[in-house]
Amino acid sequence: MLNLGFVVRRLLQMIPTFVFILVVTFVIVRLLPGDPLSAQAGDRVTDAQVAHAQAELGLDQPMLVQFFLFVKHVLSGDLGRSYVVQIPVWRLIGQRLPPTLILTAMSTILGILIAVPLAFVAALRRDRVSDAAIRGTFQVGLSMPVFYIGLVLLTVFSAQLRWFPVGGYGDSMADHVYHLFLPSLTLAVSLAAVLMRNLRTAIIDVLNAEYVDFARAKGLMPRVIMIRHVLRNALISSVALLGPTIGTLLGGAVITESVFAIPGVGRLMIDSIYGRDYPVIQGLTLSLAVVVSLIFLATDLIQAALDPRVAQ
Amino acid sequence: MSAIPAERARAGQGATLSVRDLTTSFDTSGSPVTAVDRVSFDVEPGQVLGLVGESGSGKSVTLRSLLRLARAPAETTGSVLWDGRDILALPEAKLRAIRGNEIAMIFQEPMTALNPVLTVQRQIDESLRAHTRLSARDRRVRAIELLDLVGIPAAAGRLDDYPHQFSGGMRQRVMIAIALAGEPRLLLADEPTTALDVTIQDQILKLILDLRERLGMSVILVTHDLGVVAQTCDRVAVMYAGRIVETGEVGEIFREPHHPYTRGLLGSVPRGGTERRPLLSIEGTPPSLAAMPSGCAFHPRCSFRTDICFAVSPPLEPFAPGRQVACHHHQRVAEAGLP
Ligand SMILES: Nc1ncnc2c1ncn2[C@@H]1O[C@H](COP(=O)(O)OP(=O)(O)O)[C@@H](O)[C@H]1O
Ligand SMILES: [Mg+2]
Repeated sequence: MLNLGFVVRRLLQMIPTFVFILVVTFVIVRLLPGDPLSAQAGDRVTDAQVAHAQAELGLDQPMLVQFFLFVKHVLSGDLGRSYVVQIPVWRLIGQRLPPTLILTAMSTILGILIAVPLAFVAALRRDRVSDAAIRGTFQVGLSMPVFYIGLVLLTVFSAQLRWFPVGGYGDSMADHVYHLFLPSLTLAVSLAAVLMRNLRTAIIDVLNAEYVDFARAKGLMPRVIMIRHVLRNALISSVALLGPTIGTLLGGAVITESVFAIPGVGRLMIDSIYGRDYPVIQGLTLSLAVVVSLIFLATDLIQAALDPRVAQ
Repeated sequence: MSAIPAERARAGQGATLSVRDLTTSFDTSGSPVTAVDRVSFDVEPGQVLGLVGESGSGKSVTLRSLLRLARAPAETTGSVLWDGRDILALPEAKLRAIRGNEIAMIFQEPMTALNPVLTVQRQIDESLRAHTRLSARDRRVRAIELLDLVGIPAAAGRLDDYPHQFSGGMRQRVMIAIALAGEPRLLLADEPTTALDVTIQDQILKLILDLRERLGMSVILVTHDLGVVAQTCDRVAVMYAGRIVETGEVGEIFREPHHPYTRGLLGSVPRGGTERRPLLSIEGTPPSLAAMPSGCAFHPRCSFRTDICFAVSPPLEPFAPGRQVACHHHQRVAEAGLP
């Protein structure tokens, strides 16, 4: 079970993480090429207009003051307004983040559901045909670009078989799941490949552990041995891998959302970069960084729950 | 040292283990090596049999093979008769009913033999679930009793601890408690004290003997330490290069070894004492399984050898009541006395 002291310590670690995220977000937007104003106002602006806009954005203040203003705004929930669509950034992100989060969550679950049984088969039939076949397939899957996997799935299951919609997001939760199934599968391939490879090795390792022999010597059922003793221990190292992998997955979501026309933050990010919509870029960077650090928090807590030694 | 516990003998619930021609080979990359070669022995109810030999002589593989636990790519033949059944021929389900229930096993290194991520309670409980019909509450009570039985202080408070929260000696006690969950009639102990320091070793050995008395178990105690044998065993089987080369009552073997290997082993133990030393005094090293010498496997290290030893592998044969030896010249060895 989870050790309370560990949870508290891990939560306290989130404070410096968030400070770091704020600093990086602030700096990144100010490092982007071009003047934030010219994209907004076009070419024919007067000096007076520029000065006015700069004052409004606080850009005439010293950097440190700008940073504290930025933090103050963020903490009061004010991420500014989109230059392009003229609505508050937090509302824009609030609309576009859920599809991406559901997509990421579904891909993770699908990836795990695919990887765990296959890792077992590959590990138990190690170096035989089925092992080679599973590993070979994933190797191919891993080497294919995400958009290509997406297009193949789209062509086969949506265009040809018509089992799934060609794109969009739907209206109800069930509808979302249905619409996001193929995109999730697209993303799940690479996650499953990474997880499968890691888990296969971990399972082979654990199968050699003496406590598995001891479990056998106790007369336990093979199923109990495999799940409680082998899988549980093998998962520990794989869960550590899950954090960074899901982070990468979020990156892959950008492309997948374009292929499947999903109104998520991936497309919003691309649109806002083209439009030099700095408040949106800034808001997105901030919220995605927070999401990723929460994912790391979750995987750390899961790992601690799986392995009591982590929490010591 | 040699008494069979009265309770068990009276109750008649013990079973005899009869091992015949137990052979385990590993088919490693095309050339099979035989780690255990036609091993035969009996363990009577309540008896403690010591299985002795240098590292690599096949003690662990023998012990594992008894419960079909030798690791792949192992192949085991022969028979292991237990209570009228041949363990090697039983279907999986019947085998599981014996493992942990009638015959339990403990390992050398409790740190690696206990699952690091499960509480002690879980690890006892799963055995109780497999072999008893106790309710969840009764199983918890039983788990505390078992930890008590093996001498873990404040047992109730330690149920939810993990293995790493125990000291080495306590961990070995935990493993014994887990092994006892099914109330086994035979305990297979693979060097249970080798990883522990000397005072803890004595405590664990006393515990095993005490449990043997109280529960009427038989024990096969694997060790490379003749001091441990002298202290705990009724009978002893000496292994060399996968074969048993001599068996007999501990007292007789210590008094008059008939195999030159046994004689050499005894030469390394101080006379009369229970003080222990590793078995290092015989010159040379055991043969590799992949390159076994012709004839008697011990001949390259033997000072009694003659031509026949190079050509003919001596069978294990009885020469006196309760004694067996596999040596062409065992009478000469016996006459030579202890070194
Ligand atoms: N899984 C295995 N594969 C191949 N050889 C093995 C395996 N397990 C044990 N052996 C070999 O069998 C021999 C006996 O090993 P073991 O029974 O562990 O010796 P002991 O317990 O007496 O020290 C050793 O030579 C060892 O290398
Ligand atoms: Mg051994």
